[in-house]
Amino acid sequence: MATNGRPSTEVVPLRLQDAATEPLDDRRSSDVDEWGRSERVRALARRLYDPVYTSWFRAEWDGMEKIPTEGGALLVANHGGAIPSDAPVIMHGIEKELGRPVYGMAHYFFRTVPLVGTLWSRAGGVPAHPDNAYRLLHDQRQLALVFPEGTKATAKSYPDRYRLRRFGRGGFVEIAMRAGVPVVPIAVVGNEEAMPVLFRLPTVARVLRLPYFPVTANMLAMGPLGVVVPFPAKFRLKVLDPIVFDVPPDQERYSKNRVMEEAELVRALLQETIFDMLRDRRSVWFG
Amino acid sequence: MAWSGTAGRRVLVTGADTFWGGRTVQALEADPEVETILGLGTGTPSVPFGRAEFVRADQTYSILARMVRATQVDTIVHTFLIVDAAHASPRTLHEVNVIGTLNLLAAAGGDDSPVRQVVVKSSTVVYGCAARDPQTFREDTPRSGSPRTPLERSLVEAEAMVHDFSEDSPSTLVSVLRFANVLGSHLVTSLSRNLSRPLCPSIAGFDPLLQFVQEDDVVRALLFVTRNRIPGLFNVAGAGRLPWSEVAARCGTRRVPLPPVAPTIPLAPLTALGVVPFPPDLESLLRYGRGVDTSRLVGAGFHYHYTSAGAVQSFAQSLRLRRAAGRLPTSYTYEHDVEQFFRHSPSVVRPLET
Repeated sequence: MATNGRPSTEVVPLRLQDAATEPLDDRRSSDVDEWGRSERVRALARRLYDPVYTSWFRAEWDGMEKIPTEGGALLVANHGGAIPSDAPVIMHGIEKELGRPVYGMAHYFFRTVPLVGTLWSRAGGVPAHPDNAYRLLHDQRQLALVFPEGTKATAKSYPDRYRLRRFGRGGFVEIAMRAGVPVVPIAVVGNEEAMPVLFRLPTVARVLRLPYFPVTANMLAMGPLGVVVPFPAKFRLKVLDPIVFDVPPDQERYSKNRVMEEAELVRALLQETIFDMLRDRRSVWFG
Repeated sequence: MAWSGTAGRRVLVTGADTFWGGRTVQALEADPEVETILGLGTGTPSVPFGRAEFVRADQTYSILARMVRATQVDTIVHTFLIVDAAHASPRTLHEVNVIGTLNLLAAAGGDDSPVRQVVVKSSTVVYGCAARDPQTFREDTPRSGSPRTPLERSLVEAEAMVHDFSEDSPSTLVSVLRFANVLGSHLVTSLSRNLSRPLCPSIAGFDPLLQFVQEDDVVRALLFVTRNRIPGLFNVAGAGRLPWSEVAARCGTRRVPLPPVAPTIPLAPLTALGVVPFPPDLESLLRYGRGVDTSRLVGAGFHYHYTSAGAVQSFAQSLRLRRAAGRLPTSYTYEHDVEQFFRHSPSVVRPLET
């Protein structure tokens, strides 16, 4: 049999009754937590990203104080751009200002890409699975960032910019209800101009097994460099008032009707805020 | 038949010739509440038994029904499920895991059955291992896809039969323990064999998080649910999770990156020769890892002696000892006639039963 071990003559010491809970030896040689996040990698990423955040995007926040400084909260933002810069900007900004870790939830597809998946995980990324979100928000009282539009938003072309897509099936509302945490909407402006998608190549995407394969303005302007380098659009972020759902947590099911309704409310609120911000914006590059 | 307070328990252990069966038998022998221990196995025991008796059977356990009737055992501890496919063909996996469990449950079931508890040693392999998985599996978390390897299929099927059995036999307690990857000072698995070499495989660009349980905690958990008659489905794993890179570093082995696409191809000659054990389940594990929630068993009152890091540490220590002092010689060989002589010969002077 496969698990046949080498012979041993020792009798397993039976200490079944011990109620003493002396701390177990749990020495580690790395600081990778159970989510794969490493504060060391995260600190390095913050140091490298800070010039991009402050000098390239010149990110400016409005209402940062509305983000809870303790307890779980689900941050919900609009999404866009072929390689979206909104996630790193939001995570960087909150961690810099509040000193709280933010776990960025994204499509599990990232997990399947060698190196990218590992780095993403070490830098605070978590696959967007309802169980993961619940565990982060409820059990560990952390901040989790989600983009309910998902890849529908990042794949959309430039003429559709700042038009929010469907908010999934409202899963984020259900998770916030179940975990008993508030939803904090964040409206992001500037991101859509950082890496606009001109058109998509579905055949290439199929061959490469990617969710989508965009051709961006950056690629045309900068060549191969444009695959990863965004334009220096001015980022403005506005945190809206936290939304607390008036339902008991940890229910087996929540009314689908109510969930969809709340999701649509959050979507409409974000959409309206974004239009307001665009009304006040004079320049894509200077805000 | 109800549990009687004074008469000791009569326990039958399957796979008594394997590592786990042997250790479980030894642990049960140390328990004064257990009156009779019967070990059933296909080979010969690798550890000496004290008062337990060993019976040899074929791998599908067709003899089991007769044995249960004859010995009137009240508890069956099923440690014989194969959870590491390195040396088992799909055929063997099916025979042992599926047909073996089928015969075992058939023997334990029925209206006149004396069996009051069945304990099954399963594995977290039943959760599978895929990119879509949640980071933590609870006992009731469903798999994210259908089983892909022969090992997963056989274990999922075996557990499904156990589940049906527990619904059909309300008078029998059924305890199923799903163990994470085991490390320790004695057990040899495909994972531990890879880690004990100077070089170990990894998949380039992936550094998954793994959770381990120490081998002593495995036996303690089996005994815990058996002694305290705790029915239910439980994950068993040490607290915390370690990236594969850290595990390799702690064990003093260097990782050799395999190509992310078809990683088994460059390894194929070595796998075929049996030099590098690399079952299909290991490939997905080295990509995505697996984590389980253990609060249910802890809530039932079980205390772990090792965390995941502690399990790796105890394995690393045994590796260092082995590298410095060599393998310890085999100290025991089972001789059927000798064992029978000591148990049954009138010439042997036995202490009076109290």
